[in-house]
Amino acid sequence: VTAFGLGTAAHAIDELVINGEEKLVTETAAPAHLENMSTIRSGWTFRTDETKSLQMDDFDNPGMIFVDKAIDAWNTAEGAAEKACADCHSGPESMKGLRAKLPKWNEDAGEVWTMEMYVNDCRTNRMEAEAWDWNSADMRNMTALIGLQSRGMPMDVAIDGPAQSTWEKGKEIYYTRYGQLELACANCHEDNYDNYIRADHLSMGMTNGFPVYRLKQADLVSQHNRFRGCIRDTRAETFGMGSPEFIALELYVASRGNGLSVETPAVRN
Amino acid sequence: MKRQALIGTIAGLAFATGPATAEIMAEQVAFTEYGEIEQSLSGTPGDPAAGREVMASRALGNCVACHMVSDMSDIPFHGEVGPMLDGAGDRWTEAQLRGIVANAKMTFEGTIMPSYYKKSGYIRPGNAFTGKAATPEQLETLLTAQQVEDVVAYLMTLTE
Ligand code: HEC
Ligand code: HEC
Ligand code: HEC
Repeated sequence: VTAFGLGTAAHAIDELVINGEEKLVTETAAPAHLENMSTIRSGWTFRTDETKSLQMDDFDNPGMIFVDKAIDAWNTAEGAAEKACADCHSGPESMKGLRAKLPKWNEDAGEVWTMEMYVNDCRTNRMEAEAWDWNSADMRNMTALIGLQSRGMPMDVAIDGPAQSTWEKGKEIYYTRYGQLELACANCHEDNYDNYIRADHLSMGMTNGFPVYRLKQADLVSQHNRFRGCIRDTRAETFGMGSPEFIALELYVASRGNGLSVETPAVRN
Repeated sequence: MKRQALIGTIAGLAFATGPATAEIMAEQVAFTEYGEIEQSLSGTPGDPAAGREVMASRALGNCVACHMVSDMSDIPFHGEVGPMLDGAGDRWTEAQLRGIVANAKMTFEGTIMPSYYKKSGYIRPGNAFTGKAATPEQLETLLTAQQVEDVVAYLMTLTE
């Protein structure tokens, strides 16, 4: 690394152990479908020790404040049906395992669904309440709470069967060089991970920690918002949050991280 | 200033293709088969000091996002995506550097380096960093003809 860069003091922390007891997988063999990489690493491994350590204790993890807010929402009846999530799903722990499998094919809907879509389906059809905006605080908080229930489980999204064509569409987007800077996700996160681009230490762009708490934003950030930011930075017209393109991309990017532990809510700079 | 104007005039006469300061539009740039651009894009000699600024500025070239340059160590945060540019003025001719800055893909096939003097052929081009689509009128080259010349003039000073 350069004498001008941030300075990469040797990373002393190399194991992600949460609350001193739960060890997460942050580096593992790449899934078979990944042609150009043999090892995959969580975004956590690219961060400074200071940022890393914030994720290692739930009292230090600023994302937990938002999880707490979602617990309140979970228990609050809303909508014409006067029901709360808790009325049908009991505790949030009933959602254990879900995050590792999402997005996934929804047979009834005949398309791939993300967690946001499942939540809004319950809100509109079962609670008869208003849908939450994709990137609203309510939605980000709730997806953090549901994701947390799977923390430590390996990401394991299905890419074959009925989800395959969506996955292929996502893959095509991942390798398309968008915008006036003509950069694809792969240019930064596959060809240049571990390199600095200006002041940013490039990671592999994994999504196993989402929604992540970003210190820069002092808030939870959703996957689609992150995708939008990355595409905007190529001087391109982005896709919308919740768009079919980003749903496909979400599935594809998730599959690149198959085998990494769910880290939700991760902490990033 | 006077000397620069004079050089500009002489360069213009040498090419004898229209007015001395005729700017070559992005669509009209002629590359050699190796990706060089022989002719000045602006018709006015580049200013190395201005070129250095273009390379440092996030809003302009932001070249240091990807390249390290020892001579620019006063500018924080140099990236490592591209090769170090020390000695670029020894390794390349002016025509080669002009070609690399204007459209590096003509020299390095498929390179990740953006094309700074090009106006078309983009997928979903945006209006700068707004995330919104660019109308054809909003779509400018990343650098002006003169800024490319300034950058090339600065790169020529990077000798070892
Ligand atoms: C009136 C009952 C009811 C309420 C209220 C309700 N849900 Fe559901 N939810 C269901 C049913 C039924 C399913 C479908 C279960 C299945 O297909 O296995 C479901 C499915 C889900 C799923 C997908 C689970 C999976 O394994 O695919 C999520 C996520 C979810 N609900 C979240 C929520 C949240 C968050 C709330 C509150 C904001 C909520 N639900 C409120 C009944 C409800
Ligand atoms: C110009 C370079 C660039 C491009 C192109 C780019 N990104 Fe990023 N991306 C970054 C930077 C810088 C960060 C922040 C540091 C990091 O985690 O890599 C980032 C972060 C991310 C993260 C968060 C990782 C984490 O652990 O929190 C995800 C996910 C991501 N990018 C996905 C994508 C996707 C998908 C695309 C294509 C649509 C893309 N990126 C295109 C530069 C880029
Ligand atoms: C997104 C990354 C990126 C940016 C931004 C970028 N470059 Fe490059 N540049 C590269 C890469 C990568 C190469 C190596 C060519 C290759 O093999 O792909 C390169 C090659 C070069 C070379 C030839 C390198 C040598 O010395 O042999 C020069 C000169 C150069 N760039 C100048 C610039 C200038 C000037 C700018 C800004 C106006 C710039 N670059 C912006 C990535 C970048």
